Amino acid sequence: MSDAPILTVEHLMMRFGGIVAVNDLSFTAERRKITALIGPNGAGKTTVFNCITGFYRPSGGAIRLNRDDGRTIQLERLNDFRIAKQANVARTFQNIRLFPGMTALENLMVAQHNALMRASGLTLLGLLGVPSWRSAERSAIELARTWLKRIGLLERADDAAGNLPYGDQRRLEIARAMCTEPTLLCLDEPAAGLNARESGALNELLLSIRAEQGTSILLIEHDMSVVMEISDHVVVMDYGVKIAEGAPQAVRDDPKVIAAYLGADEEEAIAVMEKAN
Amino acid sequence: MSVTPPASHTSPPSGSAFILKKALISALVALVLFSLMIGIRTEAGNQGGLIYWTRFGDLATMVGLVFGGSIIVELLRQWFGPVDTDRIVPKPVRRAMSFAGGLVAPALLVFALFVPVIFYDQRYILDLAILVLTYVMLGWGLNVVVGLAGLLDLGYVAFYAVGAYSYALLATDFGLSFWVCLPLAGILAACWGVLLGFPVLRLRGDYLAIVTLAFGEIIRLVITNWQSLTGGPNGVSGIPRPTLFGIPLDNSDDGLAAKLGIEFSPTHRLVFLFYLILAMALLTNWVTIRLRRLPIGRAWEALREDEVACRALGINTTTTKLTAFATGAMFGGLAGAFFATRQGFISPESFTFQESALVLAIVVLGGMGSQLGVALAAVAMIGGFELFRGFDQYRMLVFGIAMVLLMIWRPRGLVGHRAPTVYLERSQAISSDLVKEGHG
Repeated sequence: MSDAPILTVEHLMMRFGGIVAVNDLSFTAERRKITALIGPNGAGKTTVFNCITGFYRPSGGAIRLNRDDGRTIQLERLNDFRIAKQANVARTFQNIRLFPGMTALENLMVAQHNALMRASGLTLLGLLGVPSWRSAERSAIELARTWLKRIGLLERADDAAGNLPYGDQRRLEIARAMCTEPTLLCLDEPAAGLNARESGALNELLLSIRAEQGTSILLIEHDMSVVMEISDHVVVMDYGVKIAEGAPQAVRDDPKVIAAYLGADEEEAIAVMEKAN
Repeated sequence: MSVTPPASHTSPPSGSAFILKKALISALVALVLFSLMIGIRTEAGNQGGLIYWTRFGDLATMVGLVFGGSIIVELLRQWFGPVDTDRIVPKPVRRAMSFAGGLVAPALLVFALFVPVIFYDQRYILDLAILVLTYVMLGWGLNVVVGLAGLLDLGYVAFYAVGAYSYALLATDFGLSFWVCLPLAGILAACWGVLLGFPVLRLRGDYLAIVTLAFGEIIRLVITNWQSLTGGPNGVSGIPRPTLFGIPLDNSDDGLAAKLGIEFSPTHRLVFLFYLILAMALLTNWVTIRLRRLPIGRAWEALREDEVACRALGINTTTTKLTAFATGAMFGGLAGAFFATRQGFISPESFTFQESALVLAIVVLGGMGSQLGVALAAVAMIGGFELFRGFDQYRMLVFGIAMVLLMIWRPRGLVGHRAPTVYLERSQAISSDLVKEGHG
């Protein structure tokens, strides 16, 4: 296992016509750590995510994923589904994107599509029902059951995903991403719309994923209680550029960050802080 | 959006005042329309001048009918209620109904097996049953594309045509037997499915529908105009009849009747054709049910639900769509080959847009994705069409009204809910308002 950072973003640039959404952004995400990407609305966080997960092709820069086996994958050259398939990067969405008409269990089975396709001999062996396919299917269901248990939804495995409460849908989406057995898990505002108790449970889930699966996590979050409690490293963005980076505590006290969030000048923010102290 | 909870149902306005108001408006519209159409009758007189007379009695009757009919329709609608409200049905009754519902499919299958026995003497019914089963198979084939993968295909008849012409040309030009041509026809149609799939993959929704519609027409026009190969509008005739593994079903000396030592009857061939199409349709059904439980089938349904999420999970949406197209096209091609051998003669006229529309109507009426629903819809559509033959010119009208009423009552088709493909504890149907229709 290498100790190189799991993800290295260098001089990332994303333009939409004349608008520069992300401008010369560089940061790294450490292996088996939780890295948070924060910033005010419109700072370009989700754009960065879309570049990393292949939904956008960056206008410039490099995104390198260093796999556990030492191989390096240039994510900016892959696109679409290949990032999830070949580089094992999984993601969730800001506005939950489950398959609402399928059950919770089916959602987790779809996530194991690529592994199951291989096991079913590209459908042919599966159609004939050979034993190796049957056992592969059983173990896929077992994996799904394990995850349903971990997110506390075992009871509702056979309910339609669209019928689950909001908080459960959020957790199910994370479980679905984990069922692809990713090396890097990207979460886009996982705590959005959750109450204090639910976001506490989310923190525990993310910490246990890091501890047990050793998955590196990159997350966008507005909920500071989540960011401060669980992240190991925080990157702050504003207007498409990085304005601060470091440990959660250090970032929280950074005048630039406060200024960005308050929408004020840096001097004003310093004045406010000094007064508070 | 997946996060929005099902919209809270505000109860529609009801009460006698509302019904009366609605009926009055209908009557007023009818009065305006019919006052000229029915109220005044004009005719050319003896001298060539225009003479007219009024028929206010008839007008009053019509307006009264509209008024009364409007009240009845509104009352019926309130009685049925919208589909997604829970009707107050006692639990035992509901359980009995779901038990009976589970028996429909096996009962239908057993009945289908005995159709030739029951109706042996009625050629007309046997012919009709074969026709219905052909459409059941076509419906099941299209169901893969439209119902499971959510890709709206308006040109399904193209694959039917490819299958029919494949068999017709291979059999008449190269003398290949039905059993060799059948898989070839399926494979050729599947190839055409992939060919169609490639250019249309970027399109979604309405655009996809229009391009597939055009594709269906292109195939028909090519067949019509490629005289040297397809015979153009004259079609292909003298297509060999299917044989029972080499034994022909005719009254020759080495025919099946002679070999079995029984008297020859043309019904033998009908019975054989019936069981042939039944077997082919059941194969389609079996493969589809199997595929739904395999990763590819789940990926089709996931694609219908949310394509972006599929990509985020590493599913190759291109190949997944192509396999759906190819699978649906293959079944269409097989049905086409059967059609050619049954008719003995095919021409481009059999493969018009109307056929595509009919098969699509079967799938939509049946409830997209439901195998049983599609079978029931095919029986209702094709059988009903024949049933109304006596109504002559009113056939289409009656049929149209029946369709509209059914769609008001069950907007998501006869069988609207979706059955999960895998379950831990219990398999429970998923209500239709959660299941997406897909956007191509």
